[in-house]
Amino acid sequence: MPNPFKPAEVRHGARDSRPRGAASRSVASGTRAGARLARRQDADCLVLELAGPWTTMTVAAQDVALDGLVPNGARSARIDLAGLEAFDTAGALLVHRTTKQLAARGLEVELSGGLETHRGLIETVRSHDLDCPPPPPARSALTTLMERTGRSTYFVLDEALSLTNFLGHTVVVLVRSLLRPGRIRWTALINQMERTGLNAMPIVGLISFLIGVVLAYQGADQLKKFGAEIFTVNLVGVGVLREMAIMLTAIVVAGRSGSAFTAQIGTMKVNEEIDAMRTIGLDPMEVLVLPRVLALILVLPLLTFYADIMGLLGGAVMANWALDISFFQFARQFNVGVPVWSFWVGLIKAPVFAFIIAVVGCYEGFKVSISAESVGQRTTAAVVEAIFLVIVLDALFSIIFSILGI
Amino acid sequence: MNAATDTAPEATPDGLTAPPPAIEVRGLRTQFGPQVIHDDLDFQVEPGEIMGVVGGSGTGKSVLLRTIIGLIKPAAGRIAVLGQDTGRLRPADVRAMQRRWGVLFQDGALFSSLTVEQNIEVPLREHTRLRPQMRRQIAGLKIGLVGLPPDAANKYPAELSGGMRKRAGLARALALDPEILFLDEPTAGLDPIGANKFDGLVQELSRALGLTLVMVTHDLDSLHAICDRISVLIDKRVKVGTIDELMQLPDAWIQDYFRGPRGRAASASGERRLRHGEAHAGGLGVSKADTLNVGGEREDA
Repeated sequence: MPNPFKPAEVRHGARDSRPRGAASRSVASGTRAGARLARRQDADCLVLELAGPWTTMTVAAQDVALDGLVPNGARSARIDLAGLEAFDTAGALLVHRTTKQLAARGLEVELSGGLETHRGLIETVRSHDLDCPPPPPARSALTTLMERTGRSTYFVLDEALSLTNFLGHTVVVLVRSLLRPGRIRWTALINQMERTGLNAMPIVGLISFLIGVVLAYQGADQLKKFGAEIFTVNLVGVGVLREMAIMLTAIVVAGRSGSAFTAQIGTMKVNEEIDAMRTIGLDPMEVLVLPRVLALILVLPLLTFYADIMGLLGGAVMANWALDISFFQFARQFNVGVPVWSFWVGLIKAPVFAFIIAVVGCYEGFKVSISAESVGQRTTAAVVEAIFLVIVLDALFSIIFSILGI
Repeated sequence: MNAATDTAPEATPDGLTAPPPAIEVRGLRTQFGPQVIHDDLDFQVEPGEIMGVVGGSGTGKSVLLRTIIGLIKPAAGRIAVLGQDTGRLRPADVRAMQRRWGVLFQDGALFSSLTVEQNIEVPLREHTRLRPQMRRQIAGLKIGLVGLPPDAANKYPAELSGGMRKRAGLARALALDPEILFLDEPTAGLDPIGANKFDGLVQELSRALGLTLVMVTHDLDSLHAICDRISVLIDKRVKVGTIDELMQLPDAWIQDYFRGPRGRAASASGERRLRHGEAHAGGLGVSKADTLNVGGEREDA
């Protein structure tokens, strides 16, 4: 039934311009009748006869044929549209392009035959066709390399500067709040401690336990060659307490909580929640950053202590199983062979790492721009930066401790 | 009202058999878990018409559109697009069907890693065997058709304004010369001038290319300016008609919608535009008066 709400001539025009019955038949049968083009020469006149469906789906071959058309000395040209069935903008574009190309060679071009709507479509195409500028050419690999190197160098320096800036800002807010503890948001603090500390216990515990097992096993394997199996205990003790427990905990927390900080603050940034806070008179540094930084500073040493115990437990279990060193022997050797400073060396690093992880996480969150995509990018950046900085700091600590002779 | 849309194919006055409706939905039921969005919904769009879909928040306007294009599976009912039952198509036929409709999502839904031109070329690359050169020419034409400047071709979506992104999305929807165009809130988020221009563009394109249009919209101005008929989603069903016909209905929501202050303002501006249109009537012009008259005659019959 034709739509009675539109004037008749327009309705028919629309339907005639693209016989839909024909199109749907070809779709249904799965075959695609091609656009046909016949060319002949009447004296000085080049005649192009278009037949069949000329649509986006069918014109591929004729596009090539028409583009390489040579007039062969003809003075004028006639494009005959009488045989056209379906016709759409791609077909019209080809007719328009061919007309333009032939005219550029000095031929007089006329259209003949075809329905009013075919000509209408060609006219629409003629009046809307654009010569878009070509995409900018790809530059040479060397230039690109240099540009990228320069850009990323600048980016790293810029990032380092503004991270330092943010770090200073955090310290100021931290000190100010500690002087007036009434301003600390205790609910948020406890909530963050639960999320970053308590909820991380299963994964931190499991990883530490397994690392204890691995250290004990590898140590035992080597030390057995000297008949010094008992020193496996020293290896596990010093290794876990000084480095392994704190490093693994820091890396897990950076991946778990540092990224969460970025994502949380970043999403709030996208939602304009941060701006809303500022207009209400809440300081995002106090409301968002401080609880997270404080929570992590309090929680990471606790997690590290827990990781120490789990790591030693793993080592003890392995020593018992593979080397027949009983738990009692393990404890005795541990007491003799591992200085208590090893424990403190590990634990002292925890608050520093915690501070860095939290600050980097929050900083990257604030760097999120108004797009969902940048939340993902910034989260990745936060984890990478936090882990990088944790390892750099760990190296610095090693140097300091070796100078101090601990 | 529903009887008007419930017509089987019949002979037109000039003796041709009528083409099947562009879209025919019968007894549609969509639900998410226990929540029923549409129940026993009938909906029909004739070829060449511009159909507006309105309804309160949460009545499932976008859901209806997404169900028709196959992004949401209906719980029951039959959907035929261009005479083919979409529920029973084989995968190859689904692809063929996808070539015959274009969809403009709310914010254009352009692929952010591609330039505007590359975005338009995606459907061409996927569905045709055209040369890269021809694809570029077609993309250039579509960019011109939707009224974007030539230098927009090499820009990325992030570099465009909201209105330009919608135009670029429209260009991509038009890439394969679809027969049906679905628009989801095409003027939402545009300023009134931009919205008017976009309405004009959509109307011009639908005439020039012989498109059938289904647009979900809240924009009363769009409804008055370009829609031939309007479907109102109420109580999990649709009520269809021209604005005048709908205003005769007693339904409270429809009355609030079209007779509220915004509705009256849009109607007034629609009439102004109509008089203006008559003054310049000619050529392609389909003046609103004709549309309404023909609608009225049909009701008498």
